[in-house]
Amino acid sequence: MTTPVLSVRHLSKSFGGLQAVSDVSFDLAAGELLALIGPNGAGKTTCFNMLNGQLKADSGEVKLNGESILGLSPRRIWRKGVGRTFQITATYASMTVRENVQMALISNARQTWNLWSRASALHVNRANDLLELVGMADQAERAAAILAYGDLKRLELAIALAHDPKLLLMDEPTAGMAPRERVRLMQLTAGIVKDQGISVLFTEHDMDVVFAHAHRIMVLNRGELIASGSVDEIRNDARVQEVYLGGGRLFEEKGKGHG
Amino acid sequence: MSFYFAQFLTGLASASSLFLVACGLSLIFGVTRIVNFAHGSFYMLGAYLAYTLVQYVPGSIVGFWGSVIAAALVVGLIGAIIEVVMLRRIYNAPELYQLVATFGIVLIVQDAVLWIFGAEDKLGPRAPGLDGIVRIFGEPIPQYDLLLVALGPAVLGALWLLLNRTRWGVLVRAATLDREMVASLGVNQSWLFTTVFFLGSFLAGLGGALQVPRVSINLLMDLSIIAEAFVVVVIGGMGSIPGAFVAALLIGELNAFGVLVLPQATIVLAFVVMAVVLVIRPYGLFGKQETAAHAAGQVEAPIRPASPLKRTIALALLALLLVLPFLMGEFALVLATDILIFALFAASLHFIMGNSGMVSFGHAAYFALGCYGAAFLVKYFGGSMEMALVAGPLFAGLGALVFGWFCVRLSGVYMAMLTLAAAQIVWSTAFQWQELTGGDDGLLGIWPSDWARSKTAFYYLSLALCGGGILLLRRMIFSPFGYALRGGRDNPNRTESIGIDLRAQQWAAFVIAGVFAGIAGGVYVFSKGSIFPDEAAIPRSVDALVMVLLGGVQTLSGPIVGAGVFRLLEDEISRLDYWRAILGGIIVGIVIIAPEGIAGFIKRIAVKAGLEREGETAA
Repeated sequence: MTTPVLSVRHLSKSFGGLQAVSDVSFDLAAGELLALIGPNGAGKTTCFNMLNGQLKADSGEVKLNGESILGLSPRRIWRKGVGRTFQITATYASMTVRENVQMALISNARQTWNLWSRASALHVNRANDLLELVGMADQAERAAAILAYGDLKRLELAIALAHDPKLLLMDEPTAGMAPRERVRLMQLTAGIVKDQGISVLFTEHDMDVVFAHAHRIMVLNRGELIASGSVDEIRNDARVQEVYLGGGRLFEEKGKGHG
Repeated sequence: MSFYFAQFLTGLASASSLFLVACGLSLIFGVTRIVNFAHGSFYMLGAYLAYTLVQYVPGSIVGFWGSVIAAALVVGLIGAIIEVVMLRRIYNAPELYQLVATFGIVLIVQDAVLWIFGAEDKLGPRAPGLDGIVRIFGEPIPQYDLLLVALGPAVLGALWLLLNRTRWGVLVRAATLDREMVASLGVNQSWLFTTVFFLGSFLAGLGGALQVPRVSINLLMDLSIIAEAFVVVVIGGMGSIPGAFVAALLIGELNAFGVLVLPQATIVLAFVVMAVVLVIRPYGLFGKQETAAHAAGQVEAPIRPASPLKRTIALALLALLLVLPFLMGEFALVLATDILIFALFAASLHFIMGNSGMVSFGHAAYFALGCYGAAFLVKYFGGSMEMALVAGPLFAGLGALVFGWFCVRLSGVYMAMLTLAAAQIVWSTAFQWQELTGGDDGLLGIWPSDWARSKTAFYYLSLALCGGGILLLRRMIFSPFGYALRGGRDNPNRTESIGIDLRAQQWAAFVIAGVFAGIAGGVYVFSKGSIFPDEAAIPRSVDALVMVLLGGVQTLSGPIVGAGVFRLLEDEISRLDYWRAILGGIIVGIVIIAPEGIAGFIKRIAVKAGLEREGETAA
């Protein structure tokens, strides 16, 4: 068997007395679209922030292609080949759409200490290709500040793809978007993943999006992974239904009964 | 031992005075998010008013305290009026504009006080009934100091009751936590802000009025107290009253004992402590990270290379500058040289402030270090002008390397305050280290090499260095380095998440800006032949800010236009008696009426007239 792109073992984090993430372990295979779902406060974002380096884990192990990345800063993890998109889009408002992508390309080429060249003349073709890929080529000259929200999300995707990542971390990629746009963005993402063999881990609240596109689903509740499996398995999992329909408290009581 | 106890009490007494000023400043900042430079002016006004009122009731206890309270009330009222008339219009402006606008008020109050009370120092009477001394462990302690020692905790207690036991206090605390939330709950903000301003100004006025029996009242009180009050508020945590109290004690005692150990470095000491506290606790001892992000003003449009029209204008300007010596007399050439120097100084500030979003309130430090670096080489090493013009920028760059390391760890108001502190360290060192800098007498006789001694030759030298510097800075703004900084300004998170070490880039930008300010300083010192500590003082830093704002922060040609207009304006009005008030009025006027600056205004007109494309900024 080949090594997984991302391998997480016994990842834990607590804030004071609150165990936000406890003993989470999973693997992500090459080309796989893996969804991480769970109710509010389940620990999805905490989990994500430990993977992308914004938060220090208490214990555990995170390996990217067999190499440990736990405890590295966000920019080091990016250099290892991890791209990310934000829950609330993070782009450069005072730059054009193309310049936003060029920044990531410039950084990837380690040119940010260049004091002389004209930034907007670097990597133009590659930037155009990326914008073409996400369907934003016609807006390349516009300022990012005046884009519609759905377009900003697509721009973010182009930025995240700029350094040919092996792994994409997408925190609620469709949050804040209209239902029709959500479907389109996820179709776009799924297509790119398939073509380029990128692995994706994403969190999502919209179950339609998750069930339509995820290859595999993990369910987090109160910091613990309670289920993992194919779309159908998760759909029919009694415990997952409890969490989503019956509420966390009910689940906990039942859990005690079983134990 | 008893001597140290006496010294300790003296420290407590001055801590109380400092607390009165600082808690008002902190209160106002907490609620309105305005860093009020004019707070020191309220303190000065309180002192002058109390001094004047006491003259009418000599020797009477009731008269003395009545005068003190009346003075404080009047100052509170003046503060409230200033809030209603001026500050209310700039609550939504970027914090930099607010700082500069309140400095405009400082200038206006300075000249108003000069006009009303005259230029000579005033010595007030002792407080009736408290003019004796008490012996504690055999050491004489003024009774009045003991009263002050008690007053600090008393005011702290009264404020605590006011903030925790009244409805008004609840609103103030709520607004300090989240202004938008309080507004959306239907609280009348205008009323809340005005009353907070009244109380804050009242406390500053009270602090000033209480100084009448202790020290001589003079026109420099405002800036000296505001620098200390900033230190106290920043150490305590902006918006925190208990923090201000603890920090005032710390600084009061530091001053009292520092003077025994390091008499020549008393001013520096407070700023060093502040820098250390901020590096360990970036939001002060009791402060919290600012919750709501400040209104950042309008989003800047993407920058683009100059259009053919603007290239033509720039080339025409360059041609004009080249033939200027043939058109104008020597006097005009000196003025043109000055403008070139200040244009580079302003452009170097714009490089970190406009393009990189790092607000520096002490950019004069690097200008002055450039001056002193060049002057030292000539004075102490017998160096030539050519070598000095290299040494100056290097010296400034070294200073920026050290201060920048601290400053880039912070952002927003805290960064502005730390840059201000850095400039005050440079200023007080230049002021107090007489053996090296000549102190207030300055260093004289630093003249250019023979070939550059004529006004025309020196003008061309300035044009080459300053003009070249401006073009280099502009080139860097368009480079990947400049773009990375721009990205860091727009969105620090995104910048880190695409692999850019933002702090390192910002540190480098700080040093580059320091070096170019140092070039301007080096040229300046040879154009004047001398250097005084004033070049590092707060007004010089504000000059640079005003030049950038006058021209327009969001335009690349802004600093050049701003420097030109500012210098010409200063040349005209500095012959008038009350030119400071006029300058202050102009500053306040710009912030309220034309926040986009002159170049921004021209751009808007040009876009309307169809000469420029929409969203095109690089002028």
